[in-house]
Parts: sequence; structure tokens; C-alpha cells
Amino acid sequence: MNPSSGPPDAAIHETLGDPRLQTAIYSATQRLIDHRKNAVSTDALPAYQDLRTLANRIKRHTIEHLDYYLELVETQVTARGGKVVFCEDANEVADFVLNLAKEKGERLIVKSKSMTTEEVHLNDRLESHQLEAVETDLGEYLLQLAHQRPYHIVAPALHMTRYDVADVLTKNLGVEREVEPEKQTKIARATLREKFLEAGIGITGANFVVAGSGAVVVVENEGNARLSSSAPRIHVAVAGIEKLIPSAKDLAVFLKLLGRSATGQPLTVYTSFLSGPRRENEPDGPEEFYLVLLDGGRTKLLADPAKRESLFCIRCGACLNHCPVYRKIGGHNYPWVYSGPIGAIITPQFHGIAKDPWLPFASSLCGACAEVCPVKIDIPKVLLKLRAEVTHSGAKGPGERRAFRLWAAVMARPKLFSLFGAIAAHFAPRPKSGAWIRKLSWPTNLAPLAAWLSQRDLPPPAPLSFRSQWKSRKAAR
Amino acid sequence: MSARENILGRIRTALGRMPGEGIAPRPNFELQIPSVPDRTALFCERFEALAGKAHLAADASAALETVKAIRNGRTAVAADHPLLAETGILNLEGVEHSFPDAAARRQACARCDIGISSATYSLADTGTMVMFAKPGEPRLVSLLPPIHVALIPASSILAGLEDLLARVADPAAYSSSMVFITGPSRTADIEQILIRGVHGPGEVHAVVLTYR
Repeated sequence: MNPSSGPPDAAIHETLGDPRLQTAIYSATQRLIDHRKNAVSTDALPAYQDLRTLANRIKRHTIEHLDYYLELVETQVTARGGKVVFCEDANEVADFVLNLAKEKGERLIVKSKSMTTEEVHLNDRLESHQLEAVETDLGEYLLQLAHQRPYHIVAPALHMTRYDVADVLTKNLGVEREVEPEKQTKIARATLREKFLEAGIGITGANFVVAGSGAVVVVENEGNARLSSSAPRIHVAVAGIEKLIPSAKDLAVFLKLLGRSATGQPLTVYTSFLSGPRRENEPDGPEEFYLVLLDGGRTKLLADPAKRESLFCIRCGACLNHCPVYRKIGGHNYPWVYSGPIGAIITPQFHGIAKDPWLPFASSLCGACAEVCPVKIDIPKVLLKLRAEVTHSGAKGPGERRAFRLWAAVMARPKLFSLFGAIAAHFAPRPKSGAWIRKLSWPTNLAPLAAWLSQRDLPPPAPLSFRSQWKSRKAAR
Repeated sequence: MSARENILGRIRTALGRMPGEGIAPRPNFELQIPSVPDRTALFCERFEALAGKAHLAADASAALETVKAIRNGRTAVAADHPLLAETGILNLEGVEHSFPDAAARRQACARCDIGISSATYSLADTGTMVMFAKPGEPRLVSLLPPIHVALIPASSILAGLEDLLARVADPAAYSSSMVFITGPSRTADIEQILIRGVHGPGEVHAVVLTYR
């Protein structure tokens, strides 16, 4: 995660020019698009649109009273024998886990998939203290062995082929090369099973934190989150402070939307509702339970009602699958763990706009993300707000700002517009038929024009403008 | 100042709220309980659509025979649940149960081929089994063995999630763990290829006790 001011052009072109990767991204996202479409169809879920509206209202209510619900969940978790730990930033989360492991004398930690702990770079910190932290979601485990970050919120290793997986397993586990995904899965299962049974601490994320119950809700398909929260002596759940919902009843809204939007499943294979350590009469389960609540930049978004909406996100990944930009450039060309449209709005807000000012511009504003968002976040609106902020912060040169001011002035005045249109059409060079403007040698080789035309093109202007054609047709009648 | 105070302070400043201030009325909605004429039939249909295997048992001895057939001589560990005692499953030769301590049970769960439990409720419209951790119902029996068999009284099959949440307003009041199990453990992390049994059981059986 290096400070940057522009998009990683070279890496993006590499992705675009890799036919295997392009096919992998395209087919994986298309599959998720199709599954979601069936799952939220009128036949399958008649109340879908009402549920979206309700989910938006519940999240809005919770975020608007976030201090109240944070205090409520703290009271409830404590009453159930657990402990709530507030952390300002990623470092504090790592410090907490590190100290806990030291204090309890635990060396092995199992982790189930959690985007929030991806923010923390927990594994690096723990390893530097001779502690072992093992990712246990199959995709995340492969990424950990390959030293990569997730490519997609719900399909973290979608860019890896079975041959990549075979390489990673052989190199790290010393097993014989195996290219059958079913057998590869068995190898990972056997290795990780040992870790689950040995580990003293299990770390999970939380899809929802139910304030009124003092519980975390974790959804998954593999069973690794169940194992991480049930087998080790200590369970630590790490969640962003925005993950709260008021009560268990609200799950009737959110669980119906999350699985369907993410993978098209009405419910994922496992949904765990976990509140505190095991009770006295329960045969098994963790002896200690900690809920770590991370700010990590989230409170910066609260003051502005439009930006606040970014915190409604339930991390289903639907906006990634439907985004024409994500589907071409993939997950690793976004600067942080969150990719796609949601990454483009939360990354600059969590980190400050100065760090990745190009990110809100990496969108065609087509609106597909808002259309499929299960909690109705108006992502394009937030992108526009962030673009305005970048412009006002002076990150854009005075030349560009002047050019757009002029553009706006012309666009808002029909007479000026048609005058400039006529002038442009008259003086514009006319390439031979079929050619486009960027094929010309001049003036398209001038720096600003050349940069603009490097990504897009215009057909040559028609000899007679639409407006004048319209006029003469009307006159002829 | 602690992180807690700082975070709450920033939130209150941003939202213009005072410490201890109450809340506006919560968005209210009715739980719409789906109408399901034959819950057992719908549960079995949905459960099997997800590659679960459903069996109907008209009396205790049928349930016992079903479990014996599934087991087919393999090693098994069972929850100490009255339903399992009543059907005679706990008396089957070689079915391990009633462990002296948690460590012994955990070892058995890690070793055995089959875990046998009950489920407190089931949800017909998603083919889901709902398990609460409670006395006689450990978490690991349905999780560690590669095959999971659950006995389900037909009367405990609910229409769906809304039905459950209408009956159990706060699951935390009953148990530290409520888990929904909807089919066998699965992953599609390698090339989007569906593989069952990655960490949890790859084979799940529901024995529906139609007489209960």
C-alpha cells in the first residue's frame, strides 16, 4: 500500500492484456451476476425491492444513532460474559491480538475470512513476533501462501488457476503436485484441520453485530468460521463499527439480501449467531469471547449525510460483479483491500482523499452498482461528491479547471453550444472515411488531447450538424 | 482518553448527539411468515436441492434403521440428546457418546466418520436446520465428522426464517451459539468449481421423524 497519486497504468495494462485473467474475471463475475439475478427475481423473492428499502432505512437509523448502539452492544456482550475492545486504527487491533496471545501463552491462531482483518495486515504483525496466524477460508489460505491480497470481496482467489494452486501447495506444503481442485481441497482440508484442533485463538470477522443481543453473525459456506469460533479456547470477532444492526429481527431483512446478492444463495451453508463464550451448561465452545470494534477511518464519514451512506455496505460484492471497470481491471489494481465501486468510495474516505485522488474518477458512472446494491447506497452520487472534493482541493491543475468551467458554460447555453458546434464542424479536420479522430497526426498529438484520446475516440464530425439537419427538415414540411 | 471515548466522542460530534441521548423510533416492520401447507414436503425438497439427503421415519424403529443404514458399520459419535436415546441410537454398538469431559468428546468428533445430532428447529423454505448449543447438543458433533446426520421432529419444521425470528426474538437468551445449516459444506474458490466437504461435513442427512 504505497502512497500514490495516479492509477497504476502499467499494471492495469498488464491485466487488460492477459487473456486468461480477463476470461477468469469475466466468467466468475458473470456467474455471480446470473445467480444473483435468479435469486432476486420477482418469482424467487417478490419482496426484494421492499427489503432493499427497509435495509437502507434500518442501516440509516443505526448509523444515525451509532453511539447509542455501540454502547448497547457493549452492555449486552459484557452481560453475556464477553468483552468489547474499541480500536482507533488497524495497529491497535494488531496490538490487542498480539498482547492477548502473549498474555494467554498462545502461539497458533486460526482465522476465518474477514475483510476487516485484511485492513489490519494482522498476519505480518503476528509473524514478526513468532506467532503463527493461519487463514482458513480455502481461497484466503491459498492467497496467504502466495502472499497476495483478495481479488474480490466474496471470491478472493478468483484470479488463480488450478495450476497456480498446484504450484502454491507444492512449494509451501511439500506435497506432490496435484492439479485436481477436489484433491487440492482435500490437501488443504487435512492441513487446516490440524491447525483448527491445535490453535488457542480463533479470529473471525462479523457480517453483522446484533446490538440488542450482544451477538455477532457470521455467514460462510465452508465451515471454517464455525471451526474458528468453536474449536479454539478463545474467540475474537473483529468488526468495523458500522456493522451494527439493532436486533435479531432485522436479520429477516439482511440475511435475505446478503446471500442472494453475493452468490445467489437464499441462505449460505452456515449462518452462525454467536453471543459471548460458552455458557456453563453447554458442552463445548470457547471459554473467552472478545468483540473488537474498529474505527479505522469510519467516523470521518459520519458528518456528511450523503457520504455516511458508504457505511451501510454489507460487503456482498454485487457492485464489483456488475462494474464495467472492475470487470476489466480486476481487483488488484485498486490500491487497497476493497476493490470495485465500493472500494472506490470507501478507500479515499477512510484514508483521506489526498492519497488516491484518482480513484473516484475510475468509474464510468453508469449506475449499475447503485442498481444492484442491496442496501441502496447511491455510489455514483458519492463518487461525484468525492470528485468535487478532489477538484476543490486543488489536485486538478488550473488549466483543467478552467477548461471544465468553460465547458460547463457552453453546455448550459444552447445558442453558444450550437455556435461552437458549427465552428468545430467547420474547422475540424476530415480524416478519410472510416477513420477516427485519433488516427490524425494533428492536432491530436498535442499533450492534453493525446492523453484524452489514448483511452477513447470520436468519429469525425458530420458535414451537416444534427441541429441544422433538423431545422431544414422542419422547414421542408 | 481511551479509544472508546475518542471513537464515541467523534461519532457524537459528527452526528450532533449528546452522551446518553436516546434514539428516534426504529424502522418497524412485520415479520411476514410464508404460508407453507406441507412443511415436511417443502423442507425435504429444498434440502435435497442443496445436495442434502432427506429420510422420512414413521416411528422410532424406522429412525433407528435409517441411521443404521447410513452408518453402514462406520465409526460414529452422537450428541447426548433425549431424542437419540429414545430412538435407541445411543444404544447402538460402537456409537460413542456421554464423554467424561470436553477433550474426550472433541477427540471423538475429530476421529469419527459420522456425527449424529438433533436439530431444535428446521426452516422449510430454505431447507435449513437450526442448531442451538445447549446441554446434550455440542457444537462439534455437527461440524468435525465428514458426515452429519440430524434427527428432526416434523413438528419442529417452521415455514422459514421469519417464523423462527417471530418465535425466538433473541437467540442469545437461549444459547451462546445458534447455527443455521443449509446443506453440505462447500467451496467454489478454485476456478469456480463446486466442491463439497471443505471444512464441515460434505454429506448431510436429515431424518425427519414424522411421528413427532
